[in-house]
Amino acid sequence: MAKITFDGIEVEVPDGTTILNAARQIGGGIVPPAMCYYTPLKGSGGKCRACLVKVSAGSAKDPRPMPKLVASCITTVQDGMVVENTINQQVMDVRKGIVEMLLINHPLDCPVCDQAGECSLQDFAFEHGVSTTRYEEERRTFEKIDIGPLIQLHMTRCILCYRCVYTADQLTPERVHGVLGRGDASEIGTYIENIIDNEFSGNVIDVCPVGALTDKTFRFKQRVWFTKPVNAHRDCETDKCNGNVTLWYKGKDVLRVTARKDEYGEVKEWICNTCRFDKKETTDWVLEGPAHINRASVIAQNHYELPVVNPQVIQDLPESTTRELERNPPLRLGGLNN
Amino acid sequence: MGRKLLTEHINVEGINTFEVYRKHGGYRSVEKALKTMTPDEVVEEVKKSGLRGRGGAGFPTGMKWSFLAKPEGVPRYLVCNADESEPGTFKDRQLMSKLPHLLIEGMITGSYALGARTSYIYIRGELLYVLRILEKAIAEAYAAGFLGENILGSGYSLDLHVHPGAGAYICGEETALLESLEGKRGNPRNKPPFPAVQGLYARPTVVNNVETIAAVVPIINEGGDEYAKLGVGKSTGTKLISACGHLNKPGIYEIELGVPVEEFIYSDEYCGGIWKGRDLKAVVAGGSSVPILPKELILKTAAGENRLMTYESLSDGGFVTGTMLGSGGFIAMDETTCIVKNTWNFSRFYHHESCGQCSPCREGTGWMEKVLHRLEHGHGSMHDIDLLVSVAKQIEGNTICPLGEAAAWPVAAAVRHFRHEFEWHVTNPKEATAPGAAYRGAAVLA
Repeated sequence: MAKITFDGIEVEVPDGTTILNAARQIGGGIVPPAMCYYTPLKGSGGKCRACLVKVSAGSAKDPRPMPKLVASCITTVQDGMVVENTINQQVMDVRKGIVEMLLINHPLDCPVCDQAGECSLQDFAFEHGVSTTRYEEERRTFEKIDIGPLIQLHMTRCILCYRCVYTADQLTPERVHGVLGRGDASEIGTYIENIIDNEFSGNVIDVCPVGALTDKTFRFKQRVWFTKPVNAHRDCETDKCNGNVTLWYKGKDVLRVTARKDEYGEVKEWICNTCRFDKKETTDWVLEGPAHINRASVIAQNHYELPVVNPQVIQDLPESTTRELERNPPLRLGGLNN
Repeated sequence: MGRKLLTEHINVEGINTFEVYRKHGGYRSVEKALKTMTPDEVVEEVKKSGLRGRGGAGFPTGMKWSFLAKPEGVPRYLVCNADESEPGTFKDRQLMSKLPHLLIEGMITGSYALGARTSYIYIRGELLYVLRILEKAIAEAYAAGFLGENILGSGYSLDLHVHPGAGAYICGEETALLESLEGKRGNPRNKPPFPAVQGLYARPTVVNNVETIAAVVPIINEGGDEYAKLGVGKSTGTKLISACGHLNKPGIYEIELGVPVEEFIYSDEYCGGIWKGRDLKAVVAGGSSVPILPKELILKTAAGENRLMTYESLSDGGFVTGTMLGSGGFIAMDETTCIVKNTWNFSRFYHHESCGQCSPCREGTGWMEKVLHRLEHGHGSMHDIDLLVSVAKQIEGNTICPLGEAAAWPVAAAVRHFRHEFEWHVTNPKEATAPGAAYRGAAVLA
């Protein structure tokens, strides 16, 4: 076990844990943002640089600070390590810079993007960015590409986190999905515009932090914050899929099916394409109840689960609920916190 | 002229053949190491020599070798980084094409020291003709019994392979090189783990520059202490400098570290002064990625001492008034050079060569290039100059590999020392964009 101090809070974690995961054990607002790291995907992380933190003491044995900021998602803890995130101005400044870099070539087409409302980049920019831009040049654009009949790739929005590359690599037997080109001309591609023909290909949509990979059966159907997530399961015949999903309802219609995500947007159980694209009737599923959205987002603000917005009302809630609300404020974008 | 340890016989007819090379004392270090020394003694000798990495970072080679993890029953590798593609640096190409056996000899001795049974030379893809020279030389070394099974009856066996890259600057970064060597896309890896623990095929690996490996040969032949007598302080031995730009005699010079910069530029023994009788304006001392310095600061440090060609002297004053020896790509610019245009040119290179893996470098290099393009073509504003500095600062230190810094440093340094030129482009766009125009005012020294 290793004991580290993160933003002044002590936490004990097993050896080999990354700084980011140690911070996640503390939870709340001190957790560094992660745009590319994805726990279930081997090799992910270290690319977006959003999670950079300052290590002000390397370990108990060697308390020297690390010279550069380190990516918390791939740096493992040492006993006695002292890490500064939100309390360090340099870290905050660099993070602001990272938002700027990620946005200079982003189309900012949130009003027409299906990901809006559950977009990591949107959240990241909202929390750490500024509302003006210093970039005057033309933005990089790409043509939309259909990767098969069910998934659309809109490279213009991509932040090159490589998550889908790792997903396609690790869930499918053949390697058909990768990065072509170099520098800011790199693009996600399937070799000579192949389709990804695999039962698990739909998972690339779930791992995409932005709206670059979208579900063609859901595109432009509905803003996500008008839909209600409900956990459900079915007996799936597909090997390695156990059919635990989230259904997204609008009225009585299931508009889309996704894997279940935790508060950091990470999928714990991959689902197959049959579950995702073909089973869109309530009768296909055994419903379990509303899905709990832990992340601060406009979906959580849709008060289907916690119909409480007035701070006066919150005071009347049982203590356990208010504690939970404080830890994961559902109204970050609304007003409770501001 | 000082002693030459690497290039003494470089102009001998047929030195690229095994026979002639052997006649001039070639492969003595292999005989000496394999027959009379243990691998640890070879490492110790390199440590004593004070040899520092010649690829740019200047990390002590002996120390790097001793860091190599040596778990039982796990193969280790020595990889030679011959992906020389830094603008302004062209020493390795010449060394390999003229003296292929010197590199091979160094590889054998080095591999023996590290206990590697298979070693690789990763060569820049554009140097296909050098690859053929090396392959021919390797075949000769095999035939002579210096490579293969049981070399010289010592029981030590080594296989040596040459592998060409596909023309990416980023593959000169050691972990990107290893990825590429493994047959993958040449993206730099996250560190740690460092190659000394998990390198090629996740095995302990040492990656060294061509010149570093070649320098092992004289070190073993003459002894580390002898080698350390050359040079000044912690900069020992000789270094190949590829001098280019507006010099009377551009070319590759093997210098003893410690030669004054002024002597290197102006003496007839070396570069012979600035061409066409013009005045020197600025120097990039170690390949395009190190900070550019104006004439006044490259010849003398801020404290007024003579600047020497050593790691320490060139970096005296940090990045405020100093630079780096880097890989020894010495680019001299005369008074007719436009620094803005030159910076834009460098920036364009880094934009083109960024691998695109991490966001600050991928987006930032392109951004800087566009702003510099705007300034150079007379469409910039004063605000753009500060923007450049700010973007460079956002890249520096926040990337996976040093390419981010390599892109940011030259831009930041150019603005630091030649801000007037940038401002002149904003205030006098018509004049500044005329063909061959260059600002002739004084540079900012600190």
